Amino acid sequence: MIFWRRSLPVLITFVLGVTFALQYYVPLPASEALLSGVSVWNQIIAAFAAILGVTSLLHVHYTKIRRKEAGWGYSVVLYLSMLATLVVGFWSGGESENSAFGWLYNYILVALSSTMFSILAFFVASAAYRAFRARSLEATILLAAAVFVMFGRVPLGEYLVSGVGQISDWIMSVPNTAARRGIIIGISLGGIATSIKIIFGIERAYLGGGRD
Amino acid sequence: MEIRGWGLAMSELIPPESIVAIPSSLAGEACPERSRRGQEGELLRPRLCLTLPHLVSLPRGEREPALNRLVKWRKLGLAHICPLLQPALLLFLLLVYCLPAAAFDAPQEVEAFDMPSDGGGSIGLRWRAAPVDSSTTSYRIFVSEQDNGEFKQIAEFPANSHYETAVTIPWWVWGSKHQDIHFFQVKSNATVRLTDGRPYFFKVEVTDGQENAESPSVSTVPQANLFNWAKLNNLLIMLAFSVTVLAAIRHARVNPNIFLRRIPGLDAVEEAVGRATEMGRPILYMTGSDDMSSLATIAATVILGEIAKRVATYGTDLKVPHRDPIVMAICQEVVKESYLAAGRPDAYKEDANFFITSDQFSYTAAVDGIMLRERPAANFFMGAYYAESLLLAEPGAATGAIQIAGTDSDHQLPFFITSCDYTLIGEELYAASAYLSREPVLVGTLRGQDLGKGFFLAVIVLGTLLVTLGVLLGTPVFRTFFQFFGDFK
Repeated sequence: MIFWRRSLPVLITFVLGVTFALQYYVPLPASEALLSGVSVWNQIIAAFAAILGVTSLLHVHYTKIRRKEAGWGYSVVLYLSMLATLVVGFWSGGESENSAFGWLYNYILVALSSTMFSILAFFVASAAYRAFRARSLEATILLAAAVFVMFGRVPLGEYLVSGVGQISDWIMSVPNTAARRGIIIGISLGGIATSIKIIFGIERAYLGGGRD
Repeated sequence: MEIRGWGLAMSELIPPESIVAIPSSLAGEACPERSRRGQEGELLRPRLCLTLPHLVSLPRGEREPALNRLVKWRKLGLAHICPLLQPALLLFLLLVYCLPAAAFDAPQEVEAFDMPSDGGGSIGLRWRAAPVDSSTTSYRIFVSEQDNGEFKQIAEFPANSHYETAVTIPWWVWGSKHQDIHFFQVKSNATVRLTDGRPYFFKVEVTDGQENAESPSVSTVPQANLFNWAKLNNLLIMLAFSVTVLAAIRHARVNPNIFLRRIPGLDAVEEAVGRATEMGRPILYMTGSDDMSSLATIAATVILGEIAKRVATYGTDLKVPHRDPIVMAICQEVVKESYLAAGRPDAYKEDANFFITSDQFSYTAAVDGIMLRERPAANFFMGAYYAESLLLAEPGAATGAIQIAGTDSDHQLPFFITSCDYTLIGEELYAASAYLSREPVLVGTLRGQDLGKGFFLAVIVLGTLLVTLGVLLGTPVFRTFFQFFGDFK
């Protein structure tokens, strides 16, 4: 049991980890084919895993409806929406162009997603208000930098304060880029170290069951 | 050479302010040699001079406009020229106009070769730059599968472009790159299909639209290479770093007392779980938007395991909404094992991990709904995030929940920093499992990481100093050396 649950996954991880680390350095067509082949398998597995997801979704919402939990009405809407999409999808023969199925996608799902995304502008404003209150030295520097960058990015800003565009560009290309690169170097090294831990089986918590 | 000397004498005697601008395309590459102080005249500005060889090298159609400019030049500068030289100048102009147009020389030293360190299907061509190279002349590349077969044109470009110096392949694969060598890479595409192992023949033709001259055919065989030597630096640095990390782990096994700097975001985990327990509200944990192939997601599942142990101990409710079914299945196992490790397998709920949808904004709307309806006391945002980051974190902040984020998506960090109480920046996310578990072996990897960071910091500082020194001394040696730390594909 331990072999199937722990040893085998660690062995597979080691073999595939080393193989694909080396694959990066081998430009042979076979090497590229191996990578794309694994990507295809990844997609196939993901497609089957969707069954897991849908099962979980239906189970959770069924439980909510059965127990009449708070907001159970939304769960009913979910069931009805899923049923309606399935029926319309089969009725349209899976065609997304000039069909009722396509209409559902374009005029309901896309519209709802766009609405959700557009709320971002309001959230940016409220988050900026909270972050840019000059409560400390760091927040004050952040506020000053934000003012320069915002002024420098609009024509009116340059019109009102000459040279603010150059200050804005300097902030973005020098301190901002330096900080980002520092973070990226840390992320890259952390990523390699984590990969080594996973490939050599030092980190196994993601398999479940701690690290025995 | 004497006539060329006349041209120079004329240039030298004309003060710079009276010289009309002559386009650099007319000045050409024949001039820079004369800009050297003390050789043939100090007053010369290379960009402004026009010499006989250059005029002769111009196509006939371009000579007249060039001469017209020269006449204008003469009118402006004639007053400054010694009267004895004026007939000589006119003779010079006459000679230039009457000389026959120079025939194009075929491209010289044309060479075809298999591109190094590639996956095949690619051939490089290089040849020596010629004095006639300008924006008005062009090179054409022809290919054939047989030496005496029909050649098909596959490319045409201005003759003052495509130099070897533009090649991005590093010096340890390509060697030195020259400004006077043209380079063109032929890749397999819809126009030309290069099959590995078969010979291909190429000709390079130079043309000004009226006249042309082509090189003899050259051939080579494209091959796929076993190893990409351009990535050798990457491999060596990666191996050195891996050995450092493994050595640090080995050292940590022997000496487990390793200092770990405080990470407030991880210290706050205990506080967040305790707060949720006191308030009797759930904890919401998100693993990000990527699948299990992402390191950030793996790190998020590992942290989930540690948090789930505390949640199980305190008996708090845990909710983990997912975007990826595979991540969900893995997290179910991780949480179940954590409850087991905490001695509370009975408290584990199968529905703690549940799938919502893979769609980005549908997922966001659903999670926002959970936050607003169930008002979790603590929200954890671990893993990789995209545009949904602020859409998730801001409603969470509005509900008054304690929020801890951890992501390696550097572009989303500002949103989490503004909306969350604590944010694990980049590598802190990867360090979280070591920090929370305090296992010496895992902590050892952090020591290895720090050594790697120290090394790269030293390279950046030293490289900046030496490359700057190289610019001051006029030597490319340091720049060439530090290319070893660059990224080559």
